[in-house]
Amino acid sequence: MTDPIATRAAKATPPRVARQIKGLSDRAIAWIFVAPTIFLLLAINIFPLIWTIQLSFTNYKANRLNREPEFIGLRNYERILTDSDIWLNMQATAHFLFWTIALQVLIGFALAWLIHRNFKGSNFWTTVIVLPMMLSPAVVGNFWKFLYQPQIGLFNYIVTFFTRAEPSSFEMLGSVQLAPWSIVIVDTWMWTPFVMLICLAGLRSIPDYIYEAAEIDRASKLRQFFTITVPMVLPFLMLAVLFRGIENFKMFDLVVQLTGGGPGSTTELTSINLKREAFEKWRTGYASAYAIILFVTVFGLASIYVKALNKVKER
Amino acid sequence: MSAHSITEPSGRSKWVAGTLVITYALITMIPLAWIMLTGFKSPADAISYPPKVVFEPTLEGYVNLFTTRTRQTDDFLAANPPENWADEIVRQYDMVIVGPSKFGERFFNSVIIGFGSTFLSIFLGTLAAYAFSRFKIPLADDLLFFILSTRMMPPIAVAIPIFLMYRNLGLSDTHLGMILLYTAVNISLAVWLLKGFIDEIPREYEEAALIDGYTRFQAFYKVVLPQAATGIASTAIFCLIFAWNEYAFAVLLTSATAQTAPPFIPTIIGVGGLDWPAVAAGATIFLLPVMIFTILLRKHLLRGITFGAVRK
Repeated sequence: MTDPIATRAAKATPPRVARQIKGLSDRAIAWIFVAPTIFLLLAINIFPLIWTIQLSFTNYKANRLNREPEFIGLRNYERILTDSDIWLNMQATAHFLFWTIALQVLIGFALAWLIHRNFKGSNFWTTVIVLPMMLSPAVVGNFWKFLYQPQIGLFNYIVTFFTRAEPSSFEMLGSVQLAPWSIVIVDTWMWTPFVMLICLAGLRSIPDYIYEAAEIDRASKLRQFFTITVPMVLPFLMLAVLFRGIENFKMFDLVVQLTGGGPGSTTELTSINLKREAFEKWRTGYASAYAIILFVTVFGLASIYVKALNKVKER
Repeated sequence: MSAHSITEPSGRSKWVAGTLVITYALITMIPLAWIMLTGFKSPADAISYPPKVVFEPTLEGYVNLFTTRTRQTDDFLAANPPENWADEIVRQYDMVIVGPSKFGERFFNSVIIGFGSTFLSIFLGTLAAYAFSRFKIPLADDLLFFILSTRMMPPIAVAIPIFLMYRNLGLSDTHLGMILLYTAVNISLAVWLLKGFIDEIPREYEEAALIDGYTRFQAFYKVVLPQAATGIASTAIFCLIFAWNEYAFAVLLTSATAQTAPPFIPTIIGVGGLDWPAVAAGATIFLLPVMIFTILLRKHLLRGITFGAVRK
């Protein structure tokens, strides 16, 4: 009881308030503590979600204030699901998701496996590797745009240095073939450390005695790798994939700064497309339906995946 | 021979692993190093081919980042000698500094909104996390999952109704509006992380305090809070970094008064196109604090980025 600040604060509290606080039951305190958070989330997450659902059945346009929105039933949903352009956006998103996750898992796991040898200075270098992941994706996208510039960009220079191709013979951001890969490269550069960190935690969770037992049984290193390391890291790896999957499904800032969805719509991921519909074409009702479809897709895929993940964990 | 040494990697394999990892780390640092170098180049050096690694450093990019300039006639320039070193840099283009740019303001907005929302998320988050950790709350698991699931929604999807709601409430392009919004996004992270940290504090501490005559409130702020201080601090940095880096909401909901730095930096325009050294200078100033915080956070990094799903 030697904390002067706390004592002073306690003295400063009016006796009536103090008595009231003292008299509160645990149950009441629990609700007082949780209520503000729930209220904030209801106001800024759930209320908007419900509003989006309602808007998705109308033809509302947010830039025309004086026109009453009409109820048009499921027409927005029908239009979206039969629109071939949106399927192209979905394909672009799928390409982005598949390759970023594949590359990040491969490189991330390999790095973790190497770092797990605990060479001298491994902690320092791990911190260095992790840096890109914490930076602002919009600013990162913006400066990669600089690196990707044909003629002056460092990326083009390095590639031409090693391949002896003409520096102006390819444009990462300007060509239909290369642009989808340009966003995969930047995302992989940025987020491989994330997968690496989680894999590293997985590797560190394997107790030494399992390997020792395998050594005594004369299991080869290769065999140890496939029968001990891989299965024990798998739940961690799956968790990393879940996080990256959800994040990249929502991907907006990095790609918008890097390519703006172009050239044409080759890198127009669903979030970018949604932003165009909602805030450039101002088709609010239509975009709301689009948002709901995306949300249901993420939520559905994520829940199926979590079930699979739990099964792997139980094994 | 101790049992441990069987699984200890050999010296050579350590050496190989170290070389590979360090090579990767160095390659991955090239873009960051390049952007920092570019900040100290003149516009001509920044776009020269082949790219220049050795160049004469100048603060031009930083001067252009923080000032607005106009071109002046030779007579005017001759009549008014340069006032300071910054002015001198600008004179080589026949220009004079006429005032500060918007960058300072945008950076300051990032600071206010970042710290404001972090404070609020931590305040509300600690209370909620304590309640979830210590009390029996009906449907606690469902509520916690609900709190988490709010993060799965693409920001653009929630942005539509929030845009409409803020327009009606007069919260568009205000600091308060952005602080509330970032708090709502961050609170899920705060509750999940802090619950993990508070779960690790033995209940016996508080029970002992309660027996000593403390009330629940006193036990909370005199026993639990000091114990959770490290956890609270690292959670705060995670919230701060998120708010600092956020772009999608900022670009859609702010324009003049409350715009933060991320939507502003890419729009820095120089004479004849993008002023890359100024953009690079802005990016450097903006990214450095996060790099420093990341190094401070390294112990809690994994826990923070996985919502406490993986603890180390």
